[in-house]
Amino acid sequence: MNRITAMIDLLISPFADYAFMRRALVASVVLSFGCTPLGVFMVLRRMTLLGDAMSHAILPGVALAFAVFGFSLLPMTLGGLAAGAIVALIAVMLTRTTQLKEDASFTMLYLLSLAAGVTIISVKGTGVDLLHLLFGNILAIDNATLWLIGSVTIVTMFVLAIFYRGLVIECFDPDFAAAIPHRQGLFGQGTQHIFFVLLVMNLIAAFQAMGTLMALGLMILPAIAARFWTKNIDHAFPISMGLALVSSFAGLLLSYYQEIPSGPAVILVAGGFALASTLVGQHKSILSYVIDRK
Amino acid sequence: MNDLISFENVTVRYGRQVALSDVSGHFHKGSLTAIAGPNGAGKSTLLKLIIGMLKPKSGKIKIANDLSMAYLPQIASLQHDFPLSVLQAVCTGFWPKIGNAGAITPEMQRRAGEALSEVGLAGFEGRQLSHLSGGQFQRLLFARVIVQDADLILLDEPFAAVDAETTGRLIQILLNWHRQGKTIICVLHDLLLIQKYFPDSFVLAGKCLGHGHTHQMLEQKLLSFDLDMAELCPGPEDESHHRHD
Repeated sequence: MNRITAMIDLLISPFADYAFMRRALVASVVLSFGCTPLGVFMVLRRMTLLGDAMSHAILPGVALAFAVFGFSLLPMTLGGLAAGAIVALIAVMLTRTTQLKEDASFTMLYLLSLAAGVTIISVKGTGVDLLHLLFGNILAIDNATLWLIGSVTIVTMFVLAIFYRGLVIECFDPDFAAAIPHRQGLFGQGTQHIFFVLLVMNLIAAFQAMGTLMALGLMILPAIAARFWTKNIDHAFPISMGLALVSSFAGLLLSYYQEIPSGPAVILVAGGFALASTLVGQHKSILSYVIDRK
Repeated sequence: MNDLISFENVTVRYGRQVALSDVSGHFHKGSLTAIAGPNGAGKSTLLKLIIGMLKPKSGKIKIANDLSMAYLPQIASLQHDFPLSVLQAVCTGFWPKIGNAGAITPEMQRRAGEALSEVGLAGFEGRQLSHLSGGQFQRLLFARVIVQDADLILLDEPFAAVDAETTGRLIQILLNWHRQGKTIICVLHDLLLIQKYFPDSFVLAGKCLGHGHTHQMLEQKLLSFDLDMAELCPGPEDESHHRHD
């Protein structure tokens, strides 16, 4: 009995004792609800690398805002949004008007963005600032950031509920989606633009906690893991959300007890689930491949 | 006239690439028309113009008001391993009508089940898409067209990568639609099928080479087994990745 009590104490006490741990838990739990459905769609749309590019693309905007205003939430958020939108627009324009394909356009721009962002921060800030912006600091989340994360998550879930079928049909059968005549105000290419806006909003919200380099992790890794456990899209959402929640909780505990940075700890756990799923998942994993061959 | 759709000097460009040049023609109500031509002739582009996915650079397209359309895209453009069941995939055919908020009713599910029976996929309702063969997947797309119950049906290479038995079955469904008075426009390459089943043809090669009764097209050698269709292509300067057929 004492062992169980001790175990519960180990799991609960960091959060019971420290407000910064509670804030970190709330931030990552709330992020899990908004980010993972987007991740499921990104995996289905085969645009995970595009998401990676976008997560880097927000950096110069954030860096410029940091250079002018310091660590101030609103300017950094607006800067990130503006940089994300500009990079997405330029990439789409390059893809349409030149011989570059979408992946090459985004890769070129995200490398430029990353280099520009790191340069700006290095000139105006310290090495610690750079680490903070690249890898976040989930343990230093304040009330304003929690409000931002909460608001972005509520908007994301609301918009996803409205546009759910439009997003599904656009992933499954883009030509059929584009051909729907009256659009019901819900279909067509508009859905794609809305998805991009949600993606950038969530990357910025996640960036506050995880930093630009880790922001995508909470979005994509649970969604990748979920693909190995279900063939039903309706089940993929709760599975990936559940994995993200467990990753958040376990990652923060790992960070607390092992004294490692919290953002990477959460992503390491989520990545562990993804890797384990590719090995022993129910559908088309390495294990199922081996069993099928026998 | 009972023209359902008419084109007047329509030109379409993908960036710098001209996909269709100065195309004129029309489709009658209740007609069954094959769109034929070499690769890159603009066949899929013509379908996408009718649907409204593309806008012409110049020229006019007239389409009858309140015309309901069902579109069967090229099978390659769909994700075959998408995590949906067969029944869910067929029910996406109702989505254009019911939007995001409308529920799939038991009546709709019954109709979807009937459509699956009609295409020979009875009992496949709960199966995942990734478990279907190419031919079964194409039948599923036909079932989705059936539940849409549209006046105008546009099919983009519906018999590509499908075995002879499935082609025969799908042709019968298509002829059934024709008997019901629906207007059907179908992109396909197989001249034997065109000759045997399609009363009208629309021959494209970047521009409209001719349209009318299939036997006339054959007489004028616009449709011919001997003709090297690639020769008809005006010779694009640059093979754009935007070309869809």
